[in-house]
Amino acid sequence: MDTAVTAFTMPLFTHTPKVEINASRNYWSMVRELALTDFKLKYQGSFFGYLWSLMKPLAIFGVLYLVFSVFVRIPGSDIANYPVYLLLGIVLWNYFAESTNNAMRSIVDKGDLIRKVYFPRIVILISNSISALITLLLNLLIIVVFMLIAQIYPTPLAVLGFFALTLELYLLCLGVSFFLAALFVRFRDFAYIWEVALQLLFYASAIIFPLSIVPGRYLQLLTLSPITQIIQDARKLLISPATITTFDSVHSWLHLIPYIIPLLLTIFGYLYFERAASRFAEDV
Amino acid sequence: MSKNVAISVSEVSKSFRLPHERYSSLKQSAMHIFSKRTYSNFQAVEDISFEVKQGEFFGIVGRNGCGKSTLLKMLAGIYVPTRGSVKIHGSLSPFIELGVGFNPELTARENVFLNGAILGLTRKEIEERFGEIITFAELEEFVDQKLKNFSSGMQVRLAFSIAIQAQSEILLVDEVLAVGDSSFQKKCFDVFRRLKKEGRTIVFVTHDMTNVQEFCDRVLVMGEGKKLALTGPDQASDLYNRLNAENDLDEMEQLNEQSRWGNGKVKIKSVEFLDASGKSSRVLKTGKAMTVRVTIEPTKEPLPLLVGLAFYQADGTHIAGPNSDGVAISSHESKIEFSIDKLPLVEDTYYTTVALFSQKSNETYDYIDKGFSFAVGGVKHSFGNMALFGEWRAK
Repeated sequence: MDTAVTAFTMPLFTHTPKVEINASRNYWSMVRELALTDFKLKYQGSFFGYLWSLMKPLAIFGVLYLVFSVFVRIPGSDIANYPVYLLLGIVLWNYFAESTNNAMRSIVDKGDLIRKVYFPRIVILISNSISALITLLLNLLIIVVFMLIAQIYPTPLAVLGFFALTLELYLLCLGVSFFLAALFVRFRDFAYIWEVALQLLFYASAIIFPLSIVPGRYLQLLTLSPITQIIQDARKLLISPATITTFDSVHSWLHLIPYIIPLLLTIFGYLYFERAASRFAEDV
Repeated sequence: MSKNVAISVSEVSKSFRLPHERYSSLKQSAMHIFSKRTYSNFQAVEDISFEVKQGEFFGIVGRNGCGKSTLLKMLAGIYVPTRGSVKIHGSLSPFIELGVGFNPELTARENVFLNGAILGLTRKEIEERFGEIITFAELEEFVDQKLKNFSSGMQVRLAFSIAIQAQSEILLVDEVLAVGDSSFQKKCFDVFRRLKKEGRTIVFVTHDMTNVQEFCDRVLVMGEGKKLALTGPDQASDLYNRLNAENDLDEMEQLNEQSRWGNGKVKIKSVEFLDASGKSSRVLKTGKAMTVRVTIEPTKEPLPLLVGLAFYQADGTHIAGPNSDGVAISSHESKIEFSIDKLPLVEDTYYTTVALFSQKSNETYDYIDKGFSFAVGGVKHSFGNMALFGEWRAK
């Protein structure tokens, strides 16, 4: 036999079934087609197409900028290049919110596929995350335009650092998505839970206000969140060196926590997802 | 000979746990967290073992809900067996239905790439075969039309054309040919013949016994999740037809309001139909011997009996009514038989009325109206309501 052997067996007393997938098959073309289709369908039938995905963060930016730095004038909003600082936060946050929200529903939305075709279920999540990543990259183009207008020219090293942060954010989204997608198959409540959680996280992540107005105790707590850490680090690297980051507020090895969380979420999320995945076809 | 095995299924069972109340929300789960959950276990597939050889055209038949789709899903890897193991040697088509993942908002071209990728083809492979796919589906003029504007027949054609491009060694086919016009169906069967010739292994789930007899080398017959038989196509279709007939008969008898009267001096205990081999069966064959056996409760005093039978077609047409006039039958005997050498009834289901009268007076002892039914498996290509066993001669 020169062909691969596929075996699905389920020993009696373990929960994870042994599933060997035909090694000769490559699932990247499936990932790519699903992501492309997703992206194509998202803006199909609309006149401005994916321009809308640029409009959304810009509109939010416009409102928040007006309210918080023209009408209310929060202290600290006078930091240099505040508009770009604000917009970068919104763009990164939007990526997190949309990517996790879509991923949560992705397994259920693709129920038809899951009931009728075998493929590693992770394919759906990866293609979903890639389609969200395309939107993020497009949105980053506006940031580039804003930076050029504000005459901010980051060093190549800072840009490299920013891509490392994007990778961290990608892992964070993926880790959260693993849990949400698997849980949503069994409990549709997560649609509401996650909606509220996103609201709370939005305000906890110091997107619209500078961290300088947050009292010390809370400051430490807020900066331990990986979302805050990523956004603040990105702002510091690209826009304003005066940005307060986790390293500034937490003075012990504890400041490593937000960097570790995405890794742990990805690893344990993956394990949880894979364990749940063998039952998706029955539960969806 | 395990070298030639393409699929080996050993002692596979699949059960679904159906909670009596399904908690699809956290609140429901939380509220019932301390109460013991009750489940009913639904055994969809029970202890099935078989092997499919390489190059074999393997059929799976059975009535609706007998577990054949569940079994197929386990072969495809969509379901994980509760017990037992499935081993696949070689690449396998991972899908059990055509056109999965088709999106009505995309054009035919886009759908070919999407569906192809789902079935395991790379973009390059699809590009190479794109023309062939579209030509086979006869959709050259509609390549850039959205799929939502396609008729269901066009969609099936497209789906089938992509599916046969999936170059796997083992194909799973689940009743794909239910749709599509007859000329396209013919094309599909040509493809099956070609695939069979090429030595591909095909697992074919169907209801159509003509297809089974034409294509299958061996057939697994399933009933209520269990393996009933693993035999050649002819025996399998016989068995399948019998299963179907028995089920139809049960339904018929339930529907039919039984009426029974008589003074009860002599009573009918049971009625059986015996086939040519003398075995009790409810499925009989045109042209073969058949016996109706009436068992009565013997009386102490012998009473001379007149036994009457009446045969009706399913629609109620009275077709024959033999009786034992002129034959001495006493209520002492417990078994009374009526035998036919060559059954002249054609393929259909029939009701039988059985009655016991007194040979001397007008008394009716027992009368069960259309209380018993049987089915006849026919000879192919017979017309009309009965079979005449004549001989043709040319002079």
